[in-house]
Amino acid sequence: MTVRIQRDDFDLGAEIASLTQGRANIGAVATFTGICRDDGIAAMTLEHYPGMAEAEIARHVGEAEKRWPLLGVTVIHRYGRLTPGENIVLVVTASSHREAAFAAAEFLMDYLKTRAPFWKKEERRDGAGWVEARQIDAAAAERWTGGRAGREAAE
Amino acid sequence: MKLLYFAWVRERVGKPEEEIEPPANVRTIGDLVAWLKLRGEEYAYAFENANVIRAAIDRNHVKPDAQIAGAREIAFFPPMTGG
Repeated sequence: MTVRIQRDDFDLGAEIASLTQGRANIGAVATFTGICRDDGIAAMTLEHYPGMAEAEIARHVGEAEKRWPLLGVTVIHRYGRLTPGENIVLVVTASSHREAAFAAAEFLMDYLKTRAPFWKKEERRDGAGWVEARQIDAAAAERWTGGRAGREAAE
Repeated sequence: MKLLYFAWVRERVGKPEEEIEPPANVRTIGDLVAWLKLRGEEYAYAFENANVIRAAIDRNHVKPDAQIAGAREIAFFPPMTGG
């Protein structure tokens, strides 16, 4: 398991290679990259809780490893000021077969959105403001535990 | 114990962290929020909608009824928006 919180960008190809190099048992790698989207913002600044961010992500990677037969997981989350087009987050999951790799990547992203201590502040033309948490993200995370919001989202 | 504030909670309180010694009758996160709100208008503003604010004790998410005895580090922050 690799979990990194960093200001700098990441290299998707290099991260995949470091998981798969010299290993013949991996049959599937799934990746998710979250990118700063231009919906009227000049930039966003990501604040995080150092120490807890790494620990919380590692806890969820551990949970993913219990649920699926994973052969490697890398999560990288950036902080600081990012402009549209820049990478924000990377999840890489490796397994023997695609089902586990896809499912674990989705699970980890759903939890990152609602449980990892990061906060986005956007710079808009009319001023700066903190991004509000979305109910749809909470529902996406809860479907993995069968919570009320998760059941409602599934209906 | 050390208190940490993040995002708009930090901006409203006006500082990222501080050392505090709450009285013995402050036993839970909810008690601590109520006690902080009486410390000044910046705290009253930061915690005006206390039900939206999340807390962590020693870097673990906790609910308002969590006991604070023995905590080294307590953090308050808005709902998270990472990913």
